[in-house]
Amino acid sequence: MGDAAVEVVDLRRTFKVPERETGLRASVRSLFHREYRQVHAVDGITFEIGAGEVVGFLGPNGAGKTTTLKMLAGLLHPTGGQVRVLGETPHRRRPDYLSRISLVMGNRNQLQWDTPAADSFELNRAVYRIPPAEFRSTRDELVDLLDLGALITKPVRNLSLGERMKVELAGALLHRPQMLFLDEPTLGLDITMQKRIREFIGEHNRRHGSSVLLTSHYMADVEALCRRVIVIDHGRILFDGDLAALGGRLAAYKELGVTLADGAADLSGYGEVRSRDGDRVTLRVPKETTPQVTARLLAEHTVLDLTVEDPPVEDIIELLLAAGHKAP
Amino acid sequence: MSMPALLDLYRVQARMAVQQQLQYRMRNAMVLVGFLTEPVVYLAVWTAVAKENGGSVGGWTSGTLAAYFIVWTLVRSMNVVFTPYGFEWRIRTGQMSASLLRPRHPVHYDLAYFAGSKVVWFVMWLPIAAALALLFRPTLRPEAVEVLVFVVAIVGAYLIRSLLQWLIGMVTFWTTRVGALFEIYMVAELMLSGRLVPMSLMPSWVRDVAGWLPFKWTFGFPIEVLVGDLGTRALLLGLATQAAWIAATAGLLALAWRGAVRRYSAVGN
Repeated sequence: MGDAAVEVVDLRRTFKVPERETGLRASVRSLFHREYRQVHAVDGITFEIGAGEVVGFLGPNGAGKTTTLKMLAGLLHPTGGQVRVLGETPHRRRPDYLSRISLVMGNRNQLQWDTPAADSFELNRAVYRIPPAEFRSTRDELVDLLDLGALITKPVRNLSLGERMKVELAGALLHRPQMLFLDEPTLGLDITMQKRIREFIGEHNRRHGSSVLLTSHYMADVEALCRRVIVIDHGRILFDGDLAALGGRLAAYKELGVTLADGAADLSGYGEVRSRDGDRVTLRVPKETTPQVTARLLAEHTVLDLTVEDPPVEDIIELLLAAGHKAP
Repeated sequence: MSMPALLDLYRVQARMAVQQQLQYRMRNAMVLVGFLTEPVVYLAVWTAVAKENGGSVGGWTSGTLAAYFIVWTLVRSMNVVFTPYGFEWRIRTGQMSASLLRPRHPVHYDLAYFAGSKVVWFVMWLPIAAALALLFRPTLRPEAVEVLVFVVAIVGAYLIRSLLQWLIGMVTFWTTRVGALFEIYMVAELMLSGRLVPMSLMPSWVRDVAGWLPFKWTFGFPIEVLVGDLGTRALLLGLATQAAWIAATAGLLALAWRGAVRRYSAVGN
């Protein structure tokens, strides 16, 4: 391995999943004969992440993102291929390796529920054997960066989802991991909190140079943090390269969300009508004509609300799939 | 991990346990009442049997039976450990992954946490023990050395029971449901530990079987250290047997843990 923080070669992970039809007869039959299906969650992926690099890991639900992250963090044993992180084989789970990484899952709480986060931080100090002076300085820096203030003295169960994610991140970074795996860190958070979290991740990376692999369904997370993205679907890499190049593929479209006073108006003349929900219409229009189409809409209709957005990540993947794109 | 670092981890985790237990005073009080119901029923039954037999049964008087079951309540609150049901919950909710991401063996967190919670439980037990003593008039005159051995035996009982239940809990890595196995453990413990009745009141073949099993070293032995008249040899032999069981279960746990983690990382959650 060279200077790469992560090196993955032909990585595979297959799960044996039991299958059974519904009904009593199938239940009885399954007592004697169980049927299984092989699911190739990760199907031969190869990539590298450089030291200090922030990479977005994108894909729809069930694409294999979390399975990959778990293999990189040492929680899952690969079925095939090679994986090295920080020069170590993750699934050997050596304490020294676990002390140099962190995996934050947006939907999992690793802090003690009933006590203030400050106590969980103190436990992490003991777990990771952080020297007291270094612990205090890192904690204070994280409290400052994330604007935690009084939050760390409130029991975790009394924090809002966004507040909890902030203290969760702080707890995960106290030991200054060289490799940070973030699985949907902004999941379920409001726009303001999403922005706050992504600003923090960016700032932390600039200050400490840790490598980051980030999965998210929110393009805004990826756009704000990652110059490079890896798109995965059905366990295979569809795209690995600069975000700008991926954006170029999508540059053809923008999505306009329009709410009109006259909800029944026909908007098919402005672009492709993607959906209609009451008075709310979603249009897909060519990116280069978006300003003109928007101006026409505003001039010709009474517009109550108008949003202009990039298509969601699922649509990006849809487009990649449609194009039959494969990573080199 | 060096010993000072491990002790630091235990100290911090135990302190956290105390804080958490203090937040659930009412729940703890209810659990203690539950713990009381069981021995008080046993005590009522065996006191009645003793009276029917002219004041004693198998050498146990009302006073010594009262002492046995009052000390029982202390031993019971001191040998509460992380149960296999907790393992099921961890696996089902994915919390096991969080434990596995830490660079220390998860058993340390549980041992430290439940040890720390004993501080609160002990304080809550004191007034209950006083009330029971007033009510049932126990005959209890331990010597200083017996009190000392009792303290060590309580720690031994806690460790054996913790490690045993951790071993059963680890079965969840393979089956995801371990309730039935745990029920068998609990029945065996009830019959073979001195939990239901002092072991000396059991048939001799039951006592012989119990001698080869770990259960009585988690209940009957610590109680009888304080209540009975075991003598120096029996006390030392008992502590040595506890130490042997701790070594055996810890060794088995270390061995099984490797397989369990391999299994977990093969199946995932």
